[in-house]
Amino acid sequence: MLPQLEKYFRTERLPHIWCPGCANGIIVKSLVEAIDKAGLDQDKTVIVSGIGCSSRAPGYLNFNTLHTVHGRAIAFATGVKVANPELNVIVVTGDGDGTSIGGNHLIHGARRNLDLTVVLFNNNIYGMTGGQYSPMSPHGAKATTSPYGNVERPFDICNLVTASGASYVARGNSYNTGQLTNLIYKGLQNKGFSFVEALSTCPVYFGRKNKMGKAPDMLKWQKDVCITKEAASRMTAEERAEKIITGVLHHEEMPEYTELYQKVIDKCQGGRA
Amino acid sequence: MNAVTEQSEPVYVKLAWCKGCGICYSLCPTKVLSGNDLGKCVVTAPEKCTRCRICENHCPDYAISVMGVSKS
Repeated sequence: MLPQLEKYFRTERLPHIWCPGCANGIIVKSLVEAIDKAGLDQDKTVIVSGIGCSSRAPGYLNFNTLHTVHGRAIAFATGVKVANPELNVIVVTGDGDGTSIGGNHLIHGARRNLDLTVVLFNNNIYGMTGGQYSPMSPHGAKATTSPYGNVERPFDICNLVTASGASYVARGNSYNTGQLTNLIYKGLQNKGFSFVEALSTCPVYFGRKNKMGKAPDMLKWQKDVCITKEAASRMTAEERAEKIITGVLHHEEMPEYTELYQKVIDKCQGGRA
Repeated sequence: MNAVTEQSEPVYVKLAWCKGCGICYSLCPTKVLSGNDLGKCVVTAPEKCTRCRICENHCPDYAISVMGVSKS
């Protein structure tokens, strides 16, 4: 780790509890690098998480951290941000936490365009509870609860969040760490709801059940399957079908919730304040 | 975390944090690193290191620190 990043970690808590080869650690490092690049004050930054593998991350990060109940990370973060608009609020959530149990909070957070940065660690499975399929498990993927292949179709969560009204939506992966850092950095810079889907790996459950090899093989798989938005635009629909498109997928300037709310406060107080 | 300050060793591995996932020595382009009996990272050919930092960037356990700057 770079020496300048050490201050952002609670090093006495390390090593973390994630399994050998779990890419969550790589994503957390990218998040910290993005925070370092953006120059956020540690005392003015709050990291909120729900429940799950990814949601253990705030325990290792030296900021104001909040480990909340399952799926409600964005609900807690909304409270923190609306009460204290000067704080930088970052939400760390997983695919089960953010899209299933907390799916409603996610779409409504996006709809309000509240100034949060949500980093969703997508490992395609519920890792902590024993490998059940999640709303992000691909069709046909094997899991503890789908031993013959997943019947359901997964969300395209970036499309969902874009349609819900988020102002910044991006997707990165844990192999291209530089790209992921830049995507999170742009999300931190954006005034409004910023959503970054970070593809993680679960070598212990998802990889083993789906015969994807060990942790390095899963990272190499991500390297092969992920293409940038620019590269995808030069491909035919058939070539694109098996690929995962990364990069900034949506960016639009929109009025931000806390600013609009402040106008209401000013109006009601008739200029006092 | 970065207890070693000598510039002679390009890669410093904190074995207490290493879980032996094998990502570092699978991705290392010049095979500076390899695994010991437990699969944990050991530096076997430090002279080949180009300081590309792929191992450091992909270590999920923050166990690897690369000293110095890239040659490329």
